[in-house]
Amino acid sequence: MNAQEPLRLHVPEPTGRPGCKTDFSYLQLLPAGAARKPPLDIDPRDTADLAVGLVRVLDEQGQAVGPWAEAIPLELLHRGLRTMVKTRVFDSRMVKAQRQKKMSFYVQSLGEEAIGTAHALALRGDDMCFPTYRQQSILLARQVPLFEMICQLFSNECDPLKGRQLPVMYSNKAAGFFSISGNLATQFVQGVGWAMASAIRGDTRIASAWIGDGSTAEADFHTALTFAHVYRAPVILNVVNNQWAISSFQHIAGGEATTFAGRGVGSGIASLRVDGNDFLAVHAVSRWAAERARANLGPTLIEWVTYRAGPHSTSDDPSKYRPADDWANFPLGDPIARLKQHLIAEGHWSEAQHEALVVELEQDVLEATKQAENHGTLGGSAYASAATIFEDVYHEMPAHLRRQRQQMGI
Amino acid sequence: MTTAHQIEPSQAVEATRDMTMVQAIRSALDVMLERDPNVVTFGEDVGYFGGVFRCTEGLQAKFGKTRVFDTPISESGIVGVAVGMGAYGLRPVAEIQFADYVYPAYDQLTSEAARLRFRSAGDFTAPITVRMPCGGGIYGGQTHSQSPEAIFTQVCGLRTVMPSNPYDAKGLLIAAIECDDPVIFLEPKRLYNGPFDGHHDHPVTPWAGHPDSQVPEGYYRVPLDSAAVVRAGSDVTVITYGTTVHVALAATAETGVDAEVIDLRSLWPLDLDTLVTSVRKTRRCVILHEATQTCGLGAELLALVQEHCFYWLEAPIERVAGWDTPYPHAQEWAYFPGPVRVGAALRRVMEVR
Repeated sequence: MNAQEPLRLHVPEPTGRPGCKTDFSYLQLLPAGAARKPPLDIDPRDTADLAVGLVRVLDEQGQAVGPWAEAIPLELLHRGLRTMVKTRVFDSRMVKAQRQKKMSFYVQSLGEEAIGTAHALALRGDDMCFPTYRQQSILLARQVPLFEMICQLFSNECDPLKGRQLPVMYSNKAAGFFSISGNLATQFVQGVGWAMASAIRGDTRIASAWIGDGSTAEADFHTALTFAHVYRAPVILNVVNNQWAISSFQHIAGGEATTFAGRGVGSGIASLRVDGNDFLAVHAVSRWAAERARANLGPTLIEWVTYRAGPHSTSDDPSKYRPADDWANFPLGDPIARLKQHLIAEGHWSEAQHEALVVELEQDVLEATKQAENHGTLGGSAYASAATIFEDVYHEMPAHLRRQRQQMGI
Repeated sequence: MTTAHQIEPSQAVEATRDMTMVQAIRSALDVMLERDPNVVTFGEDVGYFGGVFRCTEGLQAKFGKTRVFDTPISESGIVGVAVGMGAYGLRPVAEIQFADYVYPAYDQLTSEAARLRFRSAGDFTAPITVRMPCGGGIYGGQTHSQSPEAIFTQVCGLRTVMPSNPYDAKGLLIAAIECDDPVIFLEPKRLYNGPFDGHHDHPVTPWAGHPDSQVPEGYYRVPLDSAAVVRAGSDVTVITYGTTVHVALAATAETGVDAEVIDLRSLWPLDLDTLVTSVRKTRRCVILHEATQTCGLGAELLALVQEHCFYWLEAPIERVAGWDTPYPHAQEWAYFPGPVRVGAALRRVMEVR
């Protein structure tokens, strides 16, 4: 008997590290129009090809092609473009404000603007989203005032969360935006529960739950899939695969030689893999999944393939673990540039209009920032009274918290 | 035994029936499922089968599968969907089969349910109740005997409750379900079918005939944050809850020490006034629980009594608790804090002059 070779531990690595170029061939892309559009009542088992394929509508020339290309009102496309640009301009301004120490922390969504925007525009206003900290585009698509968002970021006297939460951890029930938690993946299963509640009540509202590629490794990801499948919950399970979890490439999360959409099929959930930088594809697939949920046909899992173009957060320096020019080489490009190209190709937009839009939105964000700043920034004196930290721990303040509030001497 | 049933004044007392703790819990769920269409209950084996302890027997047949249903074996899933349902506007009552198996749900309980109201400034809330059988004295070994209350009482935003008899079990569970805060509802499984005073060598007594087994058929509440003085006394205050309430009563009878026995019922937030009033009267205190001693709830109780009763105390405060070991199987009765150990503590505090 020959001696066996020693066993070797496999530790996945990205192809691109600082100073070299990423080989994006691992993405296994398909051309626009190649992926079929299944019927709403498709058997989840029959989505296996779509879970390893890629739904794309916009081709290299900005033409909408294939079965997922649908007639979208021009007004909605303009609103989508505006929301995406607003999100990017907002992010950029808030990063500056963080550097100016007006807030402690910020998280950009650079490059991922299409996903939340087009998805939110495909839902009804009273459908509840269970977002992560990188879906601010949903808030902007649902027209939450910039002033309100910036006050949360600045933890000032107008902060709706009374200074209790880290910046970006928004909560907005009226806008169908569930309270963000720092604990990853927890909201994925809560979204399923919310959807189950809507079904228990016999309502028509659906839930949309969000998670990143890295967090799919958390137990609650698997829990959510199991419960969504078992009870056929009216929920859309969104996996935003931006290739990176802080410094960890998505292969460390379990993405090597497989897809995150494939997990859905294994759990008995209809699953699709979609170009996350293609506004038209995001909108069409989101609408399909929402209709499916609303028709009692069950949950849908969608893997949105995109790229985290910016740093993970203002506390992160991506040049320490990935190539500096990585986004420029990402084959699915920039969601704003692609929708802009499409609209221009169709004769519904122009470079001049686009420039004017950017200027207008920069002005809006600047004005909202100034207005919010008048109500205080972090480290200033205008914030919710320290006595308010004892409120909302319970519905009514128990005796021990009243005693502690008195000890604080306020 | 002088349990003072604290019925809220506005509530008319209805016909009572002899119930075990299992029946009382089932009755509370029945009453609340009937009263409030937002109440739903679920967990492992809770639906068709009626629960491994029969606490939900017949409820699915009566209220249907969308109100009472079985779940996958996933504690974080059970609590996680409950949080989502609560955010929707339902009032879920989730069951964890044994308190020993709650740990996978700890993230959802502490990071989510407990903090949802605070972190969203009241925008979203988690009006959920999580029931779980707890405690030892049943040869349950390591994973069917634990008393993990201290991991909940230290979490701001949670309420932790444990009844010791059928009457309180029903009234407290109804109050927990109606409470807008997340409530951990611990049910000492040793007490499901009858009171237990730690004398494992004596025949098992059923609840029938015990004064606290007379339970109103309909709706009533036992208020949260309210302790019960189950035996008035003048020598020493025993602060306890769950199964060890009955152990304390037995040890009192056997030692002849005139102990005032307090059943906390609500472990946190708790009824500090009742404790302080009692200890200032008796000037001595024994704290008793099944859970392991170090950093157990007894440590907090001891600290509170010391802070509020320092000038009244005539003896060091004693703690009788489970040993700081995992719960053993064969050594059950050496581990469980029975009447012999409690009696010895009562004598020790009385000897200090």
